[in-house]
Amino acid sequence: MSAADLKAKLGLNVFKPLREPHIRIRAGREKDKELKAAVRICPAGLYSENEKGEVTLALDGCLECGTCRIACGPDILEWDYPAGDTGVQYRFG
Amino acid sequence: MDKFDVIVVGAGLAGLAAAYTLAGGGAEVLVLERGDYPGAKNVTGGRIYVNPVQAFFPMLRVNAPFERPIVREGITLLARERALNLEYHGGELEREPHQSFSILRSRFDRWFAEQAESRGAMILSKTRVDDVIREKGVVCGVVAGGDELRADVVIACDGVLSVVSEKAGLRQPGKPRDHAIGIKEVISLDPDVINDRFSLRGNSGAARLYVGEVTKGRFGGGFLYTNSDSVSLGVVIGIEELLKNGGIDAPGLMEDFKRNSEIEILIKGGNTVEYAAHVLPEGGFDSITTLFGDGILVAGDAAGLAINIGFTVRGMEYALASGYFAARAAIIAKGKGDFSAGSLAVYRKMLEESFVMKDFRTFRHTPGVISKSRIFSDYPELAGRIFRDIYSVDDRPKEALFATLRRHLGPGELWTILKDLAEVRKI
Repeated sequence: MSAADLKAKLGLNVFKPLREPHIRIRAGREKDKELKAAVRICPAGLYSENEKGEVTLALDGCLECGTCRIACGPDILEWDYPAGDTGVQYRFG
Repeated sequence: MDKFDVIVVGAGLAGLAAAYTLAGGGAEVLVLERGDYPGAKNVTGGRIYVNPVQAFFPMLRVNAPFERPIVREGITLLARERALNLEYHGGELEREPHQSFSILRSRFDRWFAEQAESRGAMILSKTRVDDVIREKGVVCGVVAGGDELRADVVIACDGVLSVVSEKAGLRQPGKPRDHAIGIKEVISLDPDVINDRFSLRGNSGAARLYVGEVTKGRFGGGFLYTNSDSVSLGVVIGIEELLKNGGIDAPGLMEDFKRNSEIEILIKGGNTVEYAAHVLPEGGFDSITTLFGDGILVAGDAAGLAINIGFTVRGMEYALASGYFAARAAIIAKGKGDFSAGSLAVYRKMLEESFVMKDFRTFRHTPGVISKSRIFSDYPELAGRIFRDIYSVDDRPKEALFATLRRHLGPGELWTILKDLAEVRKI
């Protein structure tokens, strides 16, 4: 589905601004196979691949679902939950 | 600084069940929740079974804010070009006490938290636990918001990724094979429209399961639950499946499901009000993590206590029950003044004697068998083709019913079905 449509869906949610990135791609792992899979399987579409074949991550709209943590593991991602008082706040869940 | 009897990490079902039970048993309990309120970070597909935990939480039936009791159960085999529906309803589902209810966690968890608070539990929201305090290998508290908070026992109820039990050295990060991703939209609809579309009366509800094209033939499925004035529509698919398969993108899977003609007609005129996703454990018995250590217990999804029983992934009842037993174990340990792993091991024993471990043993081989099953790929198509030809009337003379069946179910096909049935005996 288009990035704009997905952004519109995420726009329905309540998000509190993140103060600092809670997920980081570890240096040197930007081209890993699992990370490239994250581009496809992140439900919020936060991962993208640039023309150099490196995967980048934009955290706005993160659903804190954990898919990337399970798929990529701690060797590729430095992963934590966002600090309290930030991030997605589900009203229905 | 004061020391608590118990610190519970996470105000989800396991954590709140533990807090409610501990406070009722006279323990001083603090619950730390990273969301703005209990439920703010919690997601479910949408259905809870009450009978297994009725004895521990009798108030659930009396006044819990569930959405609708489920009185109609539907299964749809979605083939690429056609669909087959099977629906089950009847007096036993209509009559009270109802066995299951649709549920929205944000609403339910807040209510459950109020029940725990009214018994004296202290709940601190907007607070992420950053670390576990260990002294000589014994867990004796947590670090949150820069403060050290100490307790005789920490109960990790921080969900499927359980950073807390990882930091306590009780588990490794989860593997794709044991986990699925659930993606869900809550779509608002007028209650009368819901009743008309799903053949419901009053506040009764429907549950539907979709298998086949919804996951492009992969291990997983779609679900639909009717809430009071919305429906929960979603997709669950194994993460290993997603990793293997180059063609599938997860957000697109949800969108395609929503646009399937079988679904479109049910949600027409509705507005999506929330888009949620969460990982869920579904490995069953063999992926249950270490349940306790010195000064620590693990409950709910954090312990891997969710299981794919074939037509649904159940987790919420196990979370409630394990939270309850963890609390009981902590109370017993408090009575003895011994919070070592040996003392807390009574938790495991209580789980073993309850429906929790019995269910996990019963369904031990289910995830392995059904993850490879053709029910997601070949059977929806096969069944669809058979029905197509049974119902088809064209300008040629009509083929006899048995001839139609024999044409689709030749020796090769029957042999494969027999082999699949042999596997099915294990589930």
